[in-house]
Amino acid sequence: MAIFDHKAESHSKELVQRLRRIALEIRKDSLLMTTKAGSGHPGGSLSAAEIIACLYFHHLRYDPENPRWEDRDRFILSKGHVCPALYSALSRAGFFPREALWTLRKIGSILQGHPDMRKTPGVEASTGSLGQGLSIGVGMALAGRIDRKSYRVYVLLGDGELDEGQVWEAAMSAAHYKLDNLLAIVDYNGLQLDGPVNEIMSIEPLAEKWRAFGWHVMEIDGHNVRQILDALDLAERIKGKPTVIIAHTVKGKGVSFMEGKVEFHGKPLTEEQLKLALKELELQERLLSTS
Amino acid sequence: MSEVKEVKVMATRDAYGKTLVELGRIYKNIVVLDADLSSSTRTKYFAKEFPDRFFNFGIAEANMMGAAAGLASCGKIVFASTFAIFASQRAYNQFRQSIAYPNLNVKVVASHGGISVGEDGVSHHCTEDIASMRVIPNVTVIVPADAVETREAVKALVKHYGPAYLRLGRPKIPVIYGEDYSFEGRKLNFKIGEGITLKDGSDVTIVATGLMVYEALQAFEELRKEGISAKVINIHTIKPIDENLLIKAARETGAIVTAEEHSVIGGLGSAVAETIVQSYPVPMQFVGVKDVFAESGPWKELLKKYGLTSSDIVKAVKRVLKLKK
Repeated sequence: MAIFDHKAESHSKELVQRLRRIALEIRKDSLLMTTKAGSGHPGGSLSAAEIIACLYFHHLRYDPENPRWEDRDRFILSKGHVCPALYSALSRAGFFPREALWTLRKIGSILQGHPDMRKTPGVEASTGSLGQGLSIGVGMALAGRIDRKSYRVYVLLGDGELDEGQVWEAAMSAAHYKLDNLLAIVDYNGLQLDGPVNEIMSIEPLAEKWRAFGWHVMEIDGHNVRQILDALDLAERIKGKPTVIIAHTVKGKGVSFMEGKVEFHGKPLTEEQLKLALKELELQERLLSTS
Repeated sequence: MSEVKEVKVMATRDAYGKTLVELGRIYKNIVVLDADLSSSTRTKYFAKEFPDRFFNFGIAEANMMGAAAGLASCGKIVFASTFAIFASQRAYNQFRQSIAYPNLNVKVVASHGGISVGEDGVSHHCTEDIASMRVIPNVTVIVPADAVETREAVKALVKHYGPAYLRLGRPKIPVIYGEDYSFEGRKLNFKIGEGITLKDGSDVTIVATGLMVYEALQAFEELRKEGISAKVINIHTIKPIDENLLIKAARETGAIVTAEEHSVIGGLGSAVAETIVQSYPVPMQFVGVKDVFAESGPWKELLKKYGLTSSDIVKAVKRVLKLKK
């Protein structure tokens, strides 16, 4: 057994630095993977990097040697298209060898274009058709309650994904069943495939919507590691209702020419762009070491 | 028409509701979901006895399917019920994506299949579900012929791992099997994927499913009086279909008529045709709902108007016999 269970540890400066570094590594992996694959969704992978780093390298409880350990926390990537970031984290957490990352989207790979719980160790739900992950999370949270388990269920949603009516069906049911073992995180990067979220389909006022559906709402900067860690801890203390963390993020975060650009939603970088992007990310890593 | 027998009737959904309660006592990991139709689908019996293992999702089928997937991935045997039209169409992508693709142990048990829903009309009829559900990989599709077979099917599904679609009906229909799942004194064994030869014959094979099995048995008698020897096969499992039994029947009788309370496009008839044309093609005729929407009305009158009676089967047999060389 090699259970990863570190959430009780304090949010030290070292921890924060380490998670920031891992987020940068996740960004680099995501860009490398998608460029190598020749397709994929780099923009949203970058916006979710800190959230995924904080979950897999501090907050979640799991066992990479026994991915189906029944007491593990469950993480569902409802915005399945940003799976490069998840795959990077899972390989770094020890669920499968790093070499698999370079087979993304290729024939015979364990890493499908969208998450596949049967092919990839550590993936909890087969997603990619947007709007379905929160419902799956509701089911897992109900199962945890029936079985009197202490595990928690985490669902990462996209902001564009909130257009789907099923998300709100799920939100209603989670509050109805008072699922305080369920946490939703919205990666609010403000862009969806066709353009800015507020132009394609307005989702505001977002916090009020979740509140009206019976959820406890927190808003944070989704790139601020300390805020993410604190919010994840705080959410566990909210009883009798589910919690949502609205994480304000930047699509393409960390690469100057990708930030806030919708064209990198579903298009990988060219080899030249990749070189520039990796240089920028490496520079940020060096700055981290000196800070 | 000479012998008038008292025919016992029971709705397949009633058998489902009662069987679920029995199974719930044995299997503590059965969880039942519904979408505000538990009074109609009869999951209300389970809800009453096991309130901690029943969840009503309100009128939100898509969410129910997702929650079913989540529960199943945590080791539950999940039964999710609503009407056939909503189970198979309102939440089709959710069923495919969240349940069938990851091969999760969710049994979607849909009542109110076909047009025997009756007066509620086309919005609540469902004549497309056998086609739409059987085309999805990993999915077992079962349509029991009566209440007794429903009980056997539900019991078999609990022991069978994987996603399944069980199609039931609204009305009270004739019970063709003995209480011990016997037919004409012959004790049967319900096995998923195995058809049942109810009557043997040599001129033609009638392959039926659901409430059309009773009509096929009536047709058998009418044909017998006219000197036509029909084999009658009940295909309760449309997928995986019993290829061996069907090919054998094609060889032995040289003609097949299928009968189903479903569109003639994509359902039992198509499944049988797909099977036999690749091994032993024989002429076929399809009894089913033509490519039309039905309408409101008493269910027995609807079956008559839309060509789903024993006499429609008899006519189809006569057509297929003309095609037989």
